[in-house]
Amino acid sequence: MSIETNEEFRPKIVAFCCNWCSYAGADLAGSSRLSYPADVKIIRVPCSCRVNPMFILRAFEKGADGVIMCGCHPGDCHYSTGNYYARRRMTLLFSMLDYIGVENGRTRVEWVSAAEGVKFSQTMNEFVEKIHSLGKNVRLEDLRCRS
Amino acid sequence: MQELINRAKELLADGTVARVLGWKAGDLPYNPEPAYFETEESLKDFVYNGFCGANLSKYMIEASKLEGKTLVCLKPCDTYSFNQLIKEHRVDREKAYIIGVGCKGKLDIEKIRKQGIKGIESISGAEITDEAETLTIQTIYGEKTCAYKDAMLERCHVCKGKEHKIYDELMGESKETKDADRFAEVEKIEAMSPEEKFAFFQNELSKCIRCNACRNVCPACSCRKCVFDSNKFDSAQKANVDSFEEKMFHIIRAFHVAGRCTDCGECSRVCPQGIPLHLFNRKFIKDIDTFYGEYQAGEDTTSKGPLTNFTFEDVEPSIVAERG
Repeated sequence: MSIETNEEFRPKIVAFCCNWCSYAGADLAGSSRLSYPADVKIIRVPCSCRVNPMFILRAFEKGADGVIMCGCHPGDCHYSTGNYYARRRMTLLFSMLDYIGVENGRTRVEWVSAAEGVKFSQTMNEFVEKIHSLGKNVRLEDLRCRS
Repeated sequence: MQELINRAKELLADGTVARVLGWKAGDLPYNPEPAYFETEESLKDFVYNGFCGANLSKYMIEASKLEGKTLVCLKPCDTYSFNQLIKEHRVDREKAYIIGVGCKGKLDIEKIRKQGIKGIESISGAEITDEAETLTIQTIYGEKTCAYKDAMLERCHVCKGKEHKIYDELMGESKETKDADRFAEVEKIEAMSPEEKFAFFQNELSKCIRCNACRNVCPACSCRKCVFDSNKFDSAQKANVDSFEEKMFHIIRAFHVAGRCTDCGECSRVCPQGIPLHLFNRKFIKDIDTFYGEYQAGEDTTSKGPLTNFTFEDVEPSIVAERG
């Protein structure tokens, strides 16, 4: 049962951004006055490799509608190889989420360097649009966490 | 079996080993349990039959810390787990004397029960020396029979092979039992629509009572401190748990063993609710095989695991969406 409201759906998006590239990319997007939706909440992590698969599931549990992970381009990692490991992990996790019936597209990985403010804002706009079209995340949500 | 007991007695007597790790008869004819035997007399309780499905590799983690060598009986599939534990430095090869025991496929009591055989008093034909193709089961309702093949554990139908990967000596004969493709079930689920997949897993995982049996039995789940034991994680009790946390528990557990899971099938065997947990592990194995090349955990003790390794040309995570 749900109460009909006329409120527009505002997705909650969590973006894990690595400290060295993507977070700086987001910064550049801001200082270049490029806009990206306020629905995106950025969480800064030391490296994309720091993103434990559980972080992503936890975010969904707590009510996120989409989770995006941004890191340095492969080969550019501040710690040399972190994002290569992250890439393998995320491929397997996304495949598993697809397997248990979570819609494709709720999760995404994008490599954004510190110089790519434009790419950052573009990616976020695209992703928010995608989540808009998918609607609310009901499959991975924990009802107790609903506000 | 007698041959095995005699050899164990010999090794205990000459001091090569300080204890024997095997199975002893349980309180019912079909539930032998893992046990230590420290004296020759106690070996009279030793059993090894078709119901000895338990993988003893994990017990060697604790046994490696004990004084003296431990004689451990490993079935062909258990040796994969043992190898994997050596690779992870969890067991000490020097502390183990491995007798590779033969295996003709292990039995699943639930499969026998599903055929309507209830009130079991005794079962014959499950002995390792028996050549019988059928089990003769004495029940309180009279004698019943059941084909050995129909009572076999799911994992034995997709057996990895009867070759022991690591051993000090071999004993007993094995019989090939593989007659199915291990990824067939996974492929069937992959072909479903997202709604069907979700309904399928919701249905299966909502049965979970969070007894943690799958975690406790898993040879790959050998962390000293487990993430699920945290009191910050509300999953310690079933009452607290929302349907999502069951999924989270099983996804994360499968993820933590991804690339290390030897597909020994213990998780599905011990699940009191009969949840096909191997489907998660096999999905990861299948993905690893397709994305990063064929890999069998526990095949050797030196190769690098797929998740602790990478290549510059790895596929991007977007492949999941692209392949549809």
